[in-house]
Amino acid sequence: MFPFRIPIRDWISAVVDYLSTQFSVVFDSISTLVLFVVDNFKDGLLALHPLMLIVVLGFITYRMAGLTTAGVAVAGLLIVENIGLWVAFNETLALVLTAEVFVIAVGLPLGILAAGSDRLNGFIRPALDFMQTMPAFVYLIPAIMFFGLGLVPGVIATFVFAIPPLIRLTNLGIRQVPKELIEASDAFGATRAQKLFKVQMPVALPTVMAGVNQSIMLGLSMVVIAAMIGAGGLGAEVLRGIQRLEVGQGFEAGLAVVILAVILDRITAGFGQIKKPQQ
Amino acid sequence: MSDIIIQNVSKIFGPRPERAFEMLKQGIPKNEVQEKTGLVVGVYDISFEIKSGEVFVIMGLSGSGKSTLQRLINRLHEPTRGSILIGDKDITKMDRKELIQFRRKAFSGMVFQNFAILPHRTVMGNVEFGLELHGIDKVKRRKRAQEVIDIVGLKGYENSYPSELSGGMQQRVGLARGLAVDADILLMDEAFSALDPLIRREMQDELIELQSRMKKTIVFVTHDLDEAFKLGDRIAILKDGKMVQMGTAEEIITRPADDYVTAFVEGLDRTGVFTAGTIMQPVKATAHVNDGLHTVLHKIRRAGLSSILLVDSQRVLHGYLKADEVAEEVKKKSVDEKKKPHPSLIHSPEAVHPDTQLTEVINLSTESTGPIAVVDNNKKLLGVIVRGAIIAALSKGYKPEVNGYNENDQARKEEKVS
Repeated sequence: MFPFRIPIRDWISAVVDYLSTQFSVVFDSISTLVLFVVDNFKDGLLALHPLMLIVVLGFITYRMAGLTTAGVAVAGLLIVENIGLWVAFNETLALVLTAEVFVIAVGLPLGILAAGSDRLNGFIRPALDFMQTMPAFVYLIPAIMFFGLGLVPGVIATFVFAIPPLIRLTNLGIRQVPKELIEASDAFGATRAQKLFKVQMPVALPTVMAGVNQSIMLGLSMVVIAAMIGAGGLGAEVLRGIQRLEVGQGFEAGLAVVILAVILDRITAGFGQIKKPQQ
Repeated sequence: MSDIIIQNVSKIFGPRPERAFEMLKQGIPKNEVQEKTGLVVGVYDISFEIKSGEVFVIMGLSGSGKSTLQRLINRLHEPTRGSILIGDKDITKMDRKELIQFRRKAFSGMVFQNFAILPHRTVMGNVEFGLELHGIDKVKRRKRAQEVIDIVGLKGYENSYPSELSGGMQQRVGLARGLAVDADILLMDEAFSALDPLIRREMQDELIELQSRMKKTIVFVTHDLDEAFKLGDRIAILKDGKMVQMGTAEEIITRPADDYVTAFVEGLDRTGVFTAGTIMQPVKATAHVNDGLHTVLHKIRRAGLSSILLVDSQRVLHGYLKADEVAEEVKKKSVDEKKKPHPSLIHSPEAVHPDTQLTEVINLSTESTGPIAVVDNNKKLLGVIVRGAIIAALSKGYKPEVNGYNENDQARKEEKVS
């Protein structure tokens, strides 16, 4: 129909090429930082005896979600250990935690800023829509371009995929703080920082925590996909199952992912309720 | 302690407010301005003073600008025009930092209709809030918070969360949070409007009681005229962003500025507004403590009274004599007519202060048959209350007699002029 073709792919490639050569220092330092955090999480988790980690996770689940859920979590973790996916399980957990650290470090301040400025919010919102509607796979490509294969691009892709809900819900939570509470703190002579830390954040906490929960769950799903570019962990086990058509192996890995998902979800869903009165 | 002086203050919401000022100057009403320009008139050209230590009520229906006006005083709203002086400081000219410091120094925060207390903090945590913002150390602020919690009657609930408290108790938390900060000015925005009537009355009474001890400057916003008259030393009535009338409850009831105020005043419970001082009448005749029996009887008969009040040269009240008893005594030949009445004839009358509320006077008048005297703090006789006058005061359209005593009359007249 057209005598020409809009060279979107050439443009994007050119930009990516340019960035990766010109800003290699930036990418290298990001890479080092990510690796550092992932390794620390992984080493930390694996340094503990499996039973000890199971007890610790079980206890945290108990505190956050009650006895029944804790029982399910402990049983699940014992199964994971039993079917020999303990190391892969912890690798995945380390990846998710690393991605979440960066998501919170970037997403929380961005959400707070967006709540304070309608203009910034106007910029951020379409960007978030774009990030969320884009197929998850597509993030893998630029991540590989900038960071090569392995853990780091996996974490980066996960970060990009998982950050929107935290920004959105932080923004929403702070905007939903009742106007009178803001007026009250102003009337008492609160500074901006006091308002934020003593009123807005605590009141918005349940919503923000829903954002953390959402981003962790999205992160987990992405970490599994990121195995395709060599992120390792449970995703790699699933992938192996698919490639070799070993249904049983794939199912086991999938089961481990589900167990991890349940534990993470229950724990983070409980965060929002910490500050509620204990009846 | 410092007065609040509000001078020609206007608040227009929206961009380029000059357009609204042009129209308002020509007397175009607020809703028309909004239709034509999209600008919302909060308040327009309002000036008044709030004296240190008084309860000043801003009254009006919703949309009258009363809450806007209140929020201009601590600059939660930026005034579009005009100046607001608190003491000698113009709050409209302060930069952000000065404003924050000034709010901490001058204001006991604010009390809101829906309480606006922090859901994630306990009662103690909420009451401490203001002090915490001011950077007061933990031990000190806990001590102060505990004092105030005791004062407002929340002892034992220190560790409860707002969700566990009733509305009335939540508002006590809101009030305590304000009182904990030891500053002069307390702003209350429809503070009791969300409470049910019994609790509301209780809180009003408690506020009056607290205020008699604390002497803060309270700016109280309400849409409830009964509440306004009960609490306010002076009341400003707002309509469509403009001040319609300002004055004491009595002034507003007896001399409503226009039909709007008249309509307002009609549904009012008058017992809380009028005082003994308003409805008392001058004393027709008194007997002197040195008068002989005969003289007393003569005075009684001349004035056509059933009893007569007994005063000394300083007009200090000593009691009253009943006409029939005096006549009886005089008939007895054995008694010297020039002699002073025997102490057994002197009864002690009901005596009230001019500020006594009408409700109390009504109670007295039903309990006793003797005269009700109105006396000042030194027991000096100022007037009497005739039972008929009580009934008259309760009826609509009642205007007190000009010669009714009022200790603030002079001051109030001066305010009217200014």
